[in-house]
Amino acid sequence: MELTLWTYEGPPHVGAMRIASSMRDLHYLLHAPQGDTYADLLFTMIERRGKRPPVTYTTFQARDLGGDTAELVKKNISEAVERFKPKTLLVGESCTAELIQDQPGALAKGMGFDIPIVNLELPAYSKKENWGASETFYQIVRTLLKEEVSEDSSICAKRWKDLGRRPKVNILGPTLLGFRCRDDVIEIQRILSEQGIDTNVVSPLNSSPDDIKRLIDAEINICLYHEIAETTCEWLKRNFGMEYTTTIPIGIENTINFIKEVHKKLDLPLTNQEELENKSKLPWYSKSVDSNYLTGKRVFIFGDGTHAIAAAKIAKEELGFEVVGLGTYSREMARKVRLVAKDLNLEALITNNYLEVEDAIKKTSPELVLGTQMERHSAKRLGIPCAVISTPMHVQDVPARYSPQMGWEGANVIFDDWVHPLMMGLEEHLIDMFKHDFEFVDGHQSHLGHTAVNTNESEHENIIKEDQSNLKEVIWTDSGKAELTKVPFFVRGKVKSNTEKYALSKGLSEIDDETLYDAKAFFS
Amino acid sequence: MSKVLFDKETGPREVFCGLTSIVWLHRRMPDAFFLVVGSRTCAHLIQSAAGVMIFAEPRFGTAILEEKDLAGLADAHEELDRVVNDLIARRPEIKTLFLVGSCPSEVIKLDLATVAEKLNKKFLGQVQFLNYSGSGIETTFTQGEDGALKALIPLMEATDEEKLLVVGTIANNVEDRLKKIFKNIGIKNVESFPPRQSTELPKIGTNTKVLLTQPYLCDTVRDLKHRGCEVIHAPFPLGVEGSTKWILAAAEAFKIQELKVHEVIAPLISRARKALETHKEILRGKKLFLLPESQLEISLARFLHNECEMNLVEVGTPYLNKELMEEELNLLPENTKIVEGQHVEKQLDRVRESQPDLVVCGMGLANPLEAEGIHTKWSIEMVFSPIHGIDQAADLAGLFSRPLKRNQILTTKTLATSK
Repeated sequence: MELTLWTYEGPPHVGAMRIASSMRDLHYLLHAPQGDTYADLLFTMIERRGKRPPVTYTTFQARDLGGDTAELVKKNISEAVERFKPKTLLVGESCTAELIQDQPGALAKGMGFDIPIVNLELPAYSKKENWGASETFYQIVRTLLKEEVSEDSSICAKRWKDLGRRPKVNILGPTLLGFRCRDDVIEIQRILSEQGIDTNVVSPLNSSPDDIKRLIDAEINICLYHEIAETTCEWLKRNFGMEYTTTIPIGIENTINFIKEVHKKLDLPLTNQEELENKSKLPWYSKSVDSNYLTGKRVFIFGDGTHAIAAAKIAKEELGFEVVGLGTYSREMARKVRLVAKDLNLEALITNNYLEVEDAIKKTSPELVLGTQMERHSAKRLGIPCAVISTPMHVQDVPARYSPQMGWEGANVIFDDWVHPLMMGLEEHLIDMFKHDFEFVDGHQSHLGHTAVNTNESEHENIIKEDQSNLKEVIWTDSGKAELTKVPFFVRGKVKSNTEKYALSKGLSEIDDETLYDAKAFFS
Repeated sequence: MSKVLFDKETGPREVFCGLTSIVWLHRRMPDAFFLVVGSRTCAHLIQSAAGVMIFAEPRFGTAILEEKDLAGLADAHEELDRVVNDLIARRPEIKTLFLVGSCPSEVIKLDLATVAEKLNKKFLGQVQFLNYSGSGIETTFTQGEDGALKALIPLMEATDEEKLLVVGTIANNVEDRLKKIFKNIGIKNVESFPPRQSTELPKIGTNTKVLLTQPYLCDTVRDLKHRGCEVIHAPFPLGVEGSTKWILAAAEAFKIQELKVHEVIAPLISRARKALETHKEILRGKKLFLLPESQLEISLARFLHNECEMNLVEVGTPYLNKELMEEELNLLPENTKIVEGQHVEKQLDRVRESQPDLVVCGMGLANPLEAEGIHTKWSIEMVFSPIHGIDQAADLAGLFSRPLKRNQILTTKTLATSK
């Protein structure tokens, strides 16, 4: 039993939902009790999706447990297949259904549908979200392609030459609720296209089961996020001989390394290597004199494996920071993160406990934290600037503008996102100096290390007192003041001035709680 | 009551489970801690439903069951004991610890009552332990509060003192307002349950008159009755009408002249009616479809029809307790269609067919419906906003008029949503 106040990753079936929701023409039958539908809001609220996740929840109740939950599963499967007409059906269970062992996957397979059925077994009591996503993607690909495997199914990475066309690659790993996946895909496709390489299939994001069947039309696979796609890439390599890339194109050097790796695997000559250095503004911005003050800034990094490792390299080699802490919540990526940490003479922090991360931040006293939304909160409490580099996703991590992390534009975005909080840090200092000015007294909020919020009651009293000298006609009674302090700070000023306006217009000399409500009604 | 049409539906649901109510319960009683004994799904649910990331250490958490806990129950009990010890060492300020059952803990029949009993002996005088279930196989969304309150009742001491007990979590500022009104009409002794501190439980007895603020407290009411409390029958204090009848019912129970009550609340009523006007302008004649979630749907339907002149297409409710809802049902217009339970797909078919002007639904459905051109109000806001009482009537109406008003303002009508 593990005490958890907050968790970086959801359960594995949420990982499966990420794959299912990313894809088209596919439906996920989830044997689960009422309440598990909460996961829908991750997609509809955080990602602002205009479409429900393609998931049917069997919604079993306590009274069903004595009876036949298997019948309930079958009924829901029939209804879902009839209603949504998926080209592939995923069948799985959430944590509670796992305990009652109805084996919905086997039930579905016995129902005689003529569509592929993917039986998902995702152990909810030992595995987590990213593992669930990875396993689901792998099971889909395996189910849809296993019949294509044969003695002579091996794919030669150079075959594009014989076929007389441009080389084709698959981009594997981007999903919904993945960090900036939407934009990374566009950036990487653009880069590949500039090099004369075509994208065959992007998956799971926006792909269909038909696209999965076309994966073997490509020469190699781009493993864009190891957490999601490595298992699948390995299977495709084992069964079809498809090579896959391992460099993650985040940061200038690794984007170049990535391009080199792709060229090497495809046996395609790289002719524009010098040009590549100038594709992003990051190198020059980092070299320009006003970046001098970035030198040796102490930075603490925590996130998923892919982004934490990338961040460490960029921080050290491309921005000239000093990495004072590195860690991940992803157990599957622990080994890789440990290796990178060792190179930096650090011991990697591998934990799912955000309080341990906060303690580590405190101990290393960095000047910048690169972390998840949780580290943003921790850093705010500690008054340290922070930029978010990794999942778990927050609505702010799905910006309206184009903002990839990968490739040339990704490097630009990273420079801005990481460096601006530091400059803002100076601004914070100035704000601190002027915090006794009226405007800053109450409710001044910043997205940054914010340590000077005055929310105690006496401060409210002060605002009223100070202001009353200017407004001799109206006096706030105790009940009026008390009521005013209950109004949220961000509208309190407006409520106060409206109430005074109202009192003056009515010729009142005192404002009590009733006046406040009268005014509220008057202006509403 | 016969004029209302009842229907029942079963199937896949899009409703939160009872664990979700921890999100407001832990804020109401800051000296209490809610420890869910469940899975990673439970932990993820609460943090997702809370919508925001937590600041500092929250007063709720999950003891996540692992494979080895499932293997042997004896070990699971020991493990839970260990987790609780760690927690109390870390958070010595906790006065009450709720062990909250979940779907997995119910299915493996983890006996939280026995665990709580043992812990009570061990931490006697330091922390009190209670247990209830917020599992989705037994409870929906707001029912979790019912379980938590019911668990507190045995700790409430007996008294013969006459008092009004206002039952159900409401916003603190609203509570203050309501208490002031009761004081002004002459009910001096008014207490709230749950209290603002878990250790300051009101005493109850045969002279306690219970007035419900929330319609989802069936079990709590039953146990309060067992303790001799008298339950005042009234509609719920949403809107001017509901709140007025609610206050009048309390006054009647305390034998206070109706005239006296009107003297106190008449000015409140008239200003609230005035304040409602702007919202009524927008809501009047609009078709409303309420999907089941918070259990407030029937009261909201009554308010939005009777006071805002909306037309009711369908009123969904997760479950229906006709006794508790009797006063509300009597106030609904003829032929109101009430559907208990849910088959979310069939219900959405009816939404599309009836083309309502506004749908009240959960967060999982809101944006997808908006993308189809159907305006929505997400229902979880009802349980986080101060909406009770005469003074809040206009604010309550505002929750529904805002999405419609917003649509009038925005110029872009065809949306490129991320489908």
